[in-house]
Amino acid sequence: MHTGLEPPKGVWWKPAHKSEKVWVAIAFAWCMVLFAMMPLWHWKGGQNPSGIRAKVDPMAFQARTQEFIQEYQVGTDQGIAIVEPPPGSDVYLLGRMWAWEPILRLQANTEYTLHLSSLDLNHGFALYPLNINFQVVPGYDYGLKILAKEAGEFRIICNEYCGAGHHLMLGRLIVVDDEGIAESEASEVSGTVFEIEPAGLAAAEAGGER
Amino acid sequence: MKDFRTCATTGLKVHRQADALIKANAVVATVALLVGGLAAILVLLTRWQAIHLLDAIPFYRWLTIHGMNMLIFFIIFFEMAVLYFAGPVVLNSRVPVPKLAWASFGLMVIGTLLVEWMMFAGRADVLFTSYVPLRADSWFYLGVILFAVGALLVTCIFFASLVVAKREKTYEGSVPLVTFGGLTAAIIAVITLAHGAAIYIPTYLWSLGIGNVDPEVYRMVWWGLGHSSQQINVAAMVACWYLLGALTVGATVINEKISRTAFVLYILFISMASAHHLLVDPGFGPAWKIVNTSYFMYMAVLASMIHGFTVPAGIEVGQRLRGYTKGMFEWLRKAPWGDPGFSSLVFSVIVFGFVGGITGVTFGTEQINIIAHNTLRIPGHFHATVVSGTAMAFMGVTYYVIPLIFRKQIAFWSLAKIQPYLFAGGMLIFSIAMTFAGTFGVPRRHWDITFANAPFDLQFSPAVDLLIGVTAIGGLLAALGGGIFILCTVTSVFFGKPMEEGAAV
Repeated sequence: MHTGLEPPKGVWWKPAHKSEKVWVAIAFAWCMVLFAMMPLWHWKGGQNPSGIRAKVDPMAFQARTQEFIQEYQVGTDQGIAIVEPPPGSDVYLLGRMWAWEPILRLQANTEYTLHLSSLDLNHGFALYPLNINFQVVPGYDYGLKILAKEAGEFRIICNEYCGAGHHLMLGRLIVVDDEGIAESEASEVSGTVFEIEPAGLAAAEAGGER
Repeated sequence: MKDFRTCATTGLKVHRQADALIKANAVVATVALLVGGLAAILVLLTRWQAIHLLDAIPFYRWLTIHGMNMLIFFIIFFEMAVLYFAGPVVLNSRVPVPKLAWASFGLMVIGTLLVEWMMFAGRADVLFTSYVPLRADSWFYLGVILFAVGALLVTCIFFASLVVAKREKTYEGSVPLVTFGGLTAAIIAVITLAHGAAIYIPTYLWSLGIGNVDPEVYRMVWWGLGHSSQQINVAAMVACWYLLGALTVGATVINEKISRTAFVLYILFISMASAHHLLVDPGFGPAWKIVNTSYFMYMAVLASMIHGFTVPAGIEVGQRLRGYTKGMFEWLRKAPWGDPGFSSLVFSVIVFGFVGGITGVTFGTEQINIIAHNTLRIPGHFHATVVSGTAMAFMGVTYYVIPLIFRKQIAFWSLAKIQPYLFAGGMLIFSIAMTFAGTFGVPRRHWDITFANAPFDLQFSPAVDLLIGVTAIGGLLAALGGGIFILCTVTSVFFGKPMEEGAAV
């Protein structure tokens, strides 16, 4: 018997005590369970961070977003365009110091491809009150398949530090149902309103256009 | 003056140069802890919206100062001291190249001063991660590079000290487990610092207008530094667990093979685990994310699970050898709970494992990361690992470094006895409350979660106010514990009663 401060003499590669063997076996088995769950949730789970991934010039993404705004703008709030794109289309959200553009007005129970990117620094897309978070990196187009299950008012917090006005960077997202009405109380919305789907096939499309 | 003295407690021959280097590194570490601690209080009192102390720009500045001083300067200077202890001191050997050792120390201090100057001057409000294209003054990056080069040289000196000790036959058999743990930390440090060079040198050049750095590549390589450096902390912390076990209760090593294999698992699997920082990033595919965060990370988790068993088991056996054999738990009841070294050890193991470990493993999955990324759950997690785990263990070791190396008695002993309880208890409250606040989607690194001047309104649940209030109280308790630590150690070192030559601790 010796402490961790004393050099072990001779051969110390000896069989472990039974209790240690049992513990290592339990720990290893548990790690294997975790190991299996990781891909399993990816295949079976309803919400994954995979998406269409493509490199994009920040200026080109901004130009595409402006084009998108001009095409589908229906109004303005706080100086930011409100855009109502056709159901099922590709929609664009640009993060810049310190705003999210535009305000998206989406149909419930309709799948859209949400393209996220940044004009300048890293930003963080955090959808409130659902608590869904993605990193927004300049030069990268992150295309996520989204489906809002209920109508409501949402906020987009920036949760990556982006300079002195970081805390002012708050965006708005509206989901309307068939009657075209957004429910006013955002905080009552349950946790599974948005569904972000694994976009295995969709990733193949990413290379082309942009 | 003789080159060596003999330690009356451990019987080890201590090289005077090792003594001096450990002292110098420990003193600078404590200064960094003080600066980082003051920053912590300012940051905490600002995030507590009821007080909201600082304005936005000073808040982000002090947050940068807090991160750099705690995660880089305090921890790494202390780790340098641990390496000088685990190498030359434990092996009865000498510091191989004392002049280079002092030059490296000087380089690290110059790097630190440059970074501090830039941060305090407001020329580096880029937070700890300094994600490009967020730009700091070039001197900031140069400071980080100088610091890293110095640290890299110290790890090389540590490797050299192992060779010298072996050749000069200053010990018999294999290196002790504590040294093996230090070796693990040093090897991971080389991997970490290589990542640091790979990212900070191009970033430095970019800040001078030469070349470009891709923001996503930066995030990937930077986390090879940012996360791997936490693995240096883990390896050094576990080495300190074995060290504290030996010093406080004569804890034994149950099985060298198991403990050493666990250390090797850290080296093999930890680097790629840094991919869990990029789980919701656009730059990487699902296969890359899954492979690096499941297979690789869980083998490193296995290593921590093993140490979480062998360290307490060693303490039990050590206590039983000391005669506490009655029933199942006499060894635990009669443990030296009034010894801050021992209580620090226990808190470090428990909070690191149960709070830090469990939160870390769960957040490291794709789906949970979607709801945890960049919310307060993340700092809630890593304050349990780095602060209640690593910093607590390092504080425990300091209670032995002062009598053994500085040859001074601990001042304010009665305060020192309660210090780990305050610090770990406060940090436990802080971590748990902060983690729960994060489940509401409260962002980390944010000056104003009332969004008073934002274009739209957003009001978090009132539960968030309560949880942030509890976080603040926990944090202030921990800060009090940290303050007592600094008071005790600084008073002991500079004004303490010297230990009599030859007296045991």
